[in-house]
Amino acid sequence: MSEMSSNIILVILVTSFATYLSRFLGVVSSEKIDAKSKIFRWFNCLAYSTLAALIARMIVFPVGALSEVDYLIRFIVILLSILIFYFTRKNVVYPTVFSAIILTFLKGYF
Amino acid sequence: MINSKYFFQGFKSVKSFDSPAFALGASFIAIGALLKDIGFNLEQSIFSTFLTYALPGSLVMAESFLVGASLINIFLAVWLVNARLYPMTVSLMPLLLHKSQPRWKYYLSCHFIAVSAWLIMKSNYQSIEKKYRIDFWMGIGTGTWSIAIVSTIIGFLVSDYLNKDMMIGLAIVNPVYFACMMVGAMKSLQINLSIILGAILGPLFFFVSPEWSILYGGVLAGTLAYFVGEFK
Repeated sequence: MSEMSSNIILVILVTSFATYLSRFLGVVSSEKIDAKSKIFRWFNCLAYSTLAALIARMIVFPVGALSEVDYLIRFIVILLSILIFYFTRKNVVYPTVFSAIILTFLKGYF
Repeated sequence: MINSKYFFQGFKSVKSFDSPAFALGASFIAIGALLKDIGFNLEQSIFSTFLTYALPGSLVMAESFLVGASLINIFLAVWLVNARLYPMTVSLMPLLLHKSQPRWKYYLSCHFIAVSAWLIMKSNYQSIEKKYRIDFWMGIGTGTWSIAIVSTIIGFLVSDYLNKDMMIGLAIVNPVYFACMMVGAMKSLQINLSIILGAILGPLFFFVSPEWSILYGGVLAGTLAYFVGEFK
């Protein structure tokens, strides 16, 4: 096995360990938590808020291909997609399909 | 061992009209193409999605690998961006726990905790008998995980045919899907505040510490939302 190949495997193992750790510790902590308790409600708030923080960061400070799109276009696409989501009675397929089309259209014009 | 009726009911839920299949597929096609670009072979790309199955973590791993970061740095960067999985697990597993079910199911199936599967389970668990929720969850998880793995393979194989505009189009699908699902989940004061404050504080804390912004912003937003909701 080449050095590059074994490096990649190590990187994958480290990444998966770093990811599984939070999931594993979550199950360990869950054993003692009642679904009707205050601490459960607090964790529920934390789950939604950290997810919202992550999604907002993906849109405002994206990494990869999306960082090449102007931030104004990213906001317009997200807002239009949420409007489509509401107008299609909260169906997620239409806004996700249209978002890629709207983005390509706007990027071509601005 | 696993109740097949509930397992397949969960598995089939990824086929529903409002399922995450399209968004999840598009995102992992982009990941497959990205992994090929940074030098992974097909087996390594499959292995990566198979073992990690968390999109933001895979993106951070690819970025860190590309700049030659050390293993410790990669571990910390991935752990920080995926630390949200801890509160997600704690806020899901108590809904699935049943004394008649073996513990291995919970430790194995926590690997499926990711935004798509978590949001499907959160909006469906009440319709499933508590004893079989873990089997239903394993079905949802296996379904979304399979989509991610197959899409990684497709992305790797078609990467030569994807131009920059196509990659950008694929990249917007995932945040749009997540944003719509979060807006759809806004059904109580605590959840509404958690989502709105998290979306504001997450990017704000980026100016303080890019690595810790999700944790700082998320924990502060969630705690504020919790107290406002409790005392209202």
